[in-house]
Amino acid sequence: MSSLIECEDVWKVYRVGDVEVQALRGLSLTIERGEFVAIMGSSGSGKSTLMNMLGCLDQPTKGCYRLNGIEVGGLRPDELAGIRNQQIGFVFQSFNLIPRTSALENAQLPLFYRGLSLKDQRAQAAAALGRVGLHGREDHYPTQLSGGQQQRVAIARALVTSPSLLLADEPTGNLDSQSSREIMGILEALNRDEGITIILVTHEVDVAAYTAREIVIQDGQIRSDRWTKARPPSRQVEVEI
Amino acid sequence: MAAFVWLTIMTALRILGRNRLRAGLTMLGIVIGVGAVIAMVSIGEGAKRAVQAQIATMGTNVIIIFPGVTSASGVRGSQGSAVTLTVSDALELRKRIPLLTDTGWSRRDVMQIVYGNKNWNGPINGISPSYLTIRDWSFTSGGPFTQTDLDSAARVALLGQTIVENLFEPGEEPVGGVIRIKSVPFRVIGVLAPKGQSSQGSDQDDVILIPFSTAERKVFGTSFIGSVGAMFGSTDQVEDLPQAAEQIREVLRARHRLQTEQNDDFTIRTQVDIGKVQEGTSETLTMMLFAIASVSLLVGGIGIMNILLVSVTERTREIGVRMAVGAKRHHIMMQFLIEAMTLSLVGGVLGIALGIAGANLTTVIAGWPTIISGDVIVIAFFFSLVVGLFFGLYPANKAARLNPIEALRYE
Repeated sequence: MSSLIECEDVWKVYRVGDVEVQALRGLSLTIERGEFVAIMGSSGSGKSTLMNMLGCLDQPTKGCYRLNGIEVGGLRPDELAGIRNQQIGFVFQSFNLIPRTSALENAQLPLFYRGLSLKDQRAQAAAALGRVGLHGREDHYPTQLSGGQQQRVAIARALVTSPSLLLADEPTGNLDSQSSREIMGILEALNRDEGITIILVTHEVDVAAYTAREIVIQDGQIRSDRWTKARPPSRQVEVEI
Repeated sequence: MAAFVWLTIMTALRILGRNRLRAGLTMLGIVIGVGAVIAMVSIGEGAKRAVQAQIATMGTNVIIIFPGVTSASGVRGSQGSAVTLTVSDALELRKRIPLLTDTGWSRRDVMQIVYGNKNWNGPINGISPSYLTIRDWSFTSGGPFTQTDLDSAARVALLGQTIVENLFEPGEEPVGGVIRIKSVPFRVIGVLAPKGQSSQGSDQDDVILIPFSTAERKVFGTSFIGSVGAMFGSTDQVEDLPQAAEQIREVLRARHRLQTEQNDDFTIRTQVDIGKVQEGTSETLTMMLFAIASVSLLVGGIGIMNILLVSVTERTREIGVRMAVGAKRHHIMMQFLIEAMTLSLVGGVLGIALGIAGANLTTVIAGWPTIISGDVIVIAFFFSLVVGLFFGLYPANKAARLNPIEALRYE
């Protein structure tokens, strides 16, 4: 069985006017199922581009990116949308909940595009809200929720489809330290108890400390990739074989 | 898919409900456009029906033949001033043209009528026996002339409603009374049912009918015996009117010995011809309505497009989020199209309500007859849907083609 994420010599080149910007320069990376990874780096290092690529919002200019064995490079926009819907959950720094729409409906959103019946959508979204400790707040609007609660709705929205990969882009960037700890606690528990693969972009060392693997990006390449905690058992077994 | 469409409609309604003022102002163009069209079509239909009713008062499947104009000396008189049509023409037409079920004739002149201490200047119409049948004229009291009356040139008269109102006291029974026309006494034997205005606008009830024989011999003092002011014919079927008219023309030209290069010395009008003139008028009206409708729907549609473009910009991040969680292009497209169509449909429905209210108000205030047809409501509904679809396409497509990364980053 292939790894969850396989990047081989991935390049991403933009053209801004006459200037060519090389956001990713021959980056190679493998992430297994069940890992909890932090991607760090200064702004302009290419970590956002990498996240967009891993999240199938973007495609490499050159090189190969396989998610769950699927080559993402040649897919059309609607096929990418399908993969995002089936495989990926997003958590953003600014929550990105749809305004004036209840927590339940926000959590329902990915299922809405799966064409599930309204009843199933509601049931699954309510269950996802329960998993992040928002039971009883289904009808609250984003403005009626604290920052930490809003981010938990966003996590519920990411979880509701049972994705193989959860991408969190600075999930605690807009939160106070108390809420940050709560959110990281939830993510850590999801990884530990349910084996969900989580990739986290952050520039805060104490946030990165929750993860097991730290990848530092600089100038579109990996500068360092180290394990801060023990590797997940599945990977160790594979290596031994 | 059904769940998707349903939820999208609910979402669209909620979004519109949130910006009620904005949605209302956006819909206003459609509301006014559709409302104006419905109101005007209803008024137009009412007017058309009234005109049709007027034309129907002429009688059933009627052809009227007037004598031509006198132009022998180069000075042209008014229509009917020549004495070219005679009673024998009418009888001959009846004999030669099987399509005609009946022919009749009449001669009219305005004269003073006296009853008691009142007098009135009204048209006296000397009529042939068949006149009343052809013109489909019934009575409110009394009855028609008898054959004896006609044969003996009896001094009997039938009065139109206007005459009755002007000569008799309210409630007084005219039948049995004696009026004098040019100092000749006439016994009133019947009162005609009212017919109202003719399609030319004259009062058809301002008339006294007397037997043609009586008129010719005792009232008008005709110099040419047998000359008539107008001839009438009728057919069984409306479709036969043009053919009958053509045959009448041939027979009359032959009888009047007209050479090929000579113009007719008579004029033939059928009920269909008169109806056509009216139809032409209402067609012009319909075209104008179409122009107004198109312009207002265009303006309304542009309003919808404009507000949707604003909405797409405002909700760029939302579109980005939707794309990130797996919305495909057609999902985003549908969302905005449904919003556009919801706007235009709600506008259309409000417009229909406004139009119906306007039409009813016109009837109440101005007293004009209005007819609200179901067709025009269905068409208005359909058109507002099409407007929403058409003007929603561009903004919806714009939204669907957003790049999810840029949309998510949009401030």
